[in-house]
Amino acid sequence: MKKVFQRPRYLKKAVFHYCPGCGHSIIHRLIAEVIEELNIGEKTIGVPPAGCAVLAYDYLDVDMGEAPHGRGAAVATGLKRVLPDHIIFSYQGDGDIAAIGTAETIHAANRGENISVFFINNACYGMTGGQMAPTTLLGQESTTTPGGRRKDRDAAPIDLSEMLAIARGSVYIERTTVNSPKSIRKTKKAITKSFKIQMAGLGFSLIEILSPCPVNWKMAPVEAARWIDDEMIKTFPLKVIKDTAGKID
Amino acid sequence: MIGEAAIRAGCRFYAGYPITPQNELTEYMARSMDNIEDGTFVQAESEIAAINMVIGASMAGARAMTSSSSPGISLKQEGISFLAAQELPAVIVNTMRGGPGLGNIAPSQGDYFQATRGGGHGDYRTIVLAPDSGQELADLTRTAFEYADKYRSPVLMLADGMMGQMMEPVVFPEPIDVSLLPHKPWTLGGAEGRPSRIILSLLLNPAKQEELNWKLERKYETITREIPKAEKYMTDDAHLAVIAYGTAARIAKGAVKRVREMGLKVGLFRPITLWPYPKNDLRDLSRHIRDFLVFEMNTGQMVEDVKLSLEGKSNVHFYGRPGGTISTPDEIAKMINTLYHRQNLEEE
Amino acid sequence: MAGKKGMITIDSELCKGCYLCIAACPYGLIEIFDELNQFGYYPAHFTGGNDKNRECTGCATCALVCPDVAIEVYRE
Repeated sequence: MKKVFQRPRYLKKAVFHYCPGCGHSIIHRLIAEVIEELNIGEKTIGVPPAGCAVLAYDYLDVDMGEAPHGRGAAVATGLKRVLPDHIIFSYQGDGDIAAIGTAETIHAANRGENISVFFINNACYGMTGGQMAPTTLLGQESTTTPGGRRKDRDAAPIDLSEMLAIARGSVYIERTTVNSPKSIRKTKKAITKSFKIQMAGLGFSLIEILSPCPVNWKMAPVEAARWIDDEMIKTFPLKVIKDTAGKID
Repeated sequence: MIGEAAIRAGCRFYAGYPITPQNELTEYMARSMDNIEDGTFVQAESEIAAINMVIGASMAGARAMTSSSSPGISLKQEGISFLAAQELPAVIVNTMRGGPGLGNIAPSQGDYFQATRGGGHGDYRTIVLAPDSGQELADLTRTAFEYADKYRSPVLMLADGMMGQMMEPVVFPEPIDVSLLPHKPWTLGGAEGRPSRIILSLLLNPAKQEELNWKLERKYETITREIPKAEKYMTDDAHLAVIAYGTAARIAKGAVKRVREMGLKVGLFRPITLWPYPKNDLRDLSRHIRDFLVFEMNTGQMVEDVKLSLEGKSNVHFYGRPGGTISTPDEIAKMINTLYHRQNLEEE
Repeated sequence: MAGKKGMITIDSELCKGCYLCIAACPYGLIEIFDELNQFGYYPAHFTGGNDKNRECTGCATCALVCPDVAIEVYRE
């Protein structure tokens, strides 16, 4: 028999430190697969965030340069401007990109920086233990929203991707998830498109990926995957939010 | 001056954010980088973004610089701490103004502690250079880029608005050929034909963090041995020396000239590197000078380094004017004169 | 193995027993093993699919959803 599925070349042989059922490692794998398929492993540089995925450099076998919390888009800007022929991506969680790093993200999008941004939305601060994130749903329990997030007390969740779609320099913004075989395939397509947009020099693209955090959601992994469909996509609908790139080969 | 000197030193990436009194530099870089093929200028959305763009550019191997003035430098401290931890070269210019808070836009030396004590979080040092003239601004800018690359460390140029707006003739060093700069074997550029590379500062294992801290400390010891620099002006026969840096040193030099005309044996000791502090030079001086007058445009910051250097073996006096006020040479001369006679130095 | 369309291997030391592959397998061919791995998880285990009506086709759905890249898939 022929091996038809195996660890992609740009994923190091290491045990992920992520909790069981976490979406981060699925997304890492998809990025590694796309890098391999597009044959860009030798010119890709990633910028990991602060948060659970800070250790992305222990898994992705490409050059990686760590950014301070929230500053991924600014560090990626510096890298891309000096190395315009390289493929630069930042990998950021919701707190990183939609709270502390909002300004850096919006302005990188508005400048049309030719970078790919992967925004992992798990509706909480995972690494610090499940506090309210800017993306926490109304009513969702977190360690800093006792009784559930309330609009009058805690504000409503932020629609960062929709905001970025308004930015004049953004080219392609899509929201996907990784909670099912179908959605994982779709996310991989979106990641591929984002890299291709960058290779074509078209500008800023961002994929927001709804990602399960079973431990902080206090759910079993299978239940967490279902919660994305049942609850999360009501606030964060899966869709192409902006696409001025059209079809890319 | 700094802008032209930086470009001649091979600076190819500049990111900045408008703040007075240093906008001339940002504007100069905008114009100049536009004419350099591989040059990049980015007007960032904040000081924080600017320093982080410098982090990215430095990771990619470029000679990179940002500049600001006091409140903006506070914002950059997070990034400076990361530069130190990740051992990334970069040049940061602080054109100091009155503070704390928003303060004002007049020349000040209120950021000495912030500059020489690290400024950001964690156990690290930043090389700090303090020019006192247009020529030295130009010369030290090149030195700053050289030190940054050599020691893989952020280098801070500490100037003030007086210097930033000074007009005086300067001879710029010849531009270097960027392609001839030594190869940096640690940069990120894609893992072509080599294993992938990581530039990080997260070290969850305390043993690894300690290892980095000691590695940095060994580097700082080397720097402390190799680069301390100071100017001694008329100190050979002096009974008293004024200690001042930057604009304060220029004013003090004028004062020293005046009191010399009055027959007072007074000199000037001007630190050019503020970290590492030129301790040994100062100690040498204290063999024949008993009294030192530290003059700063603040309420007393560098005076602590003077006391630490002299370890109680000399009399250290202080005169300061904070808040962006500028003393005249006459004012300092009067201070020197009073002190000189109070200490009975003419008897010696 | 003759006549089989597909098969998978699960690296029990990479598996964290999240059950996502179990939920994903269209033929119910994966179950939880009753021995702990070295990290203390009960890992997933491929039952072999010996029943003619419930045979592994090598569709790789299990591997696709596996967050730990613990599954390799083989196909004829």
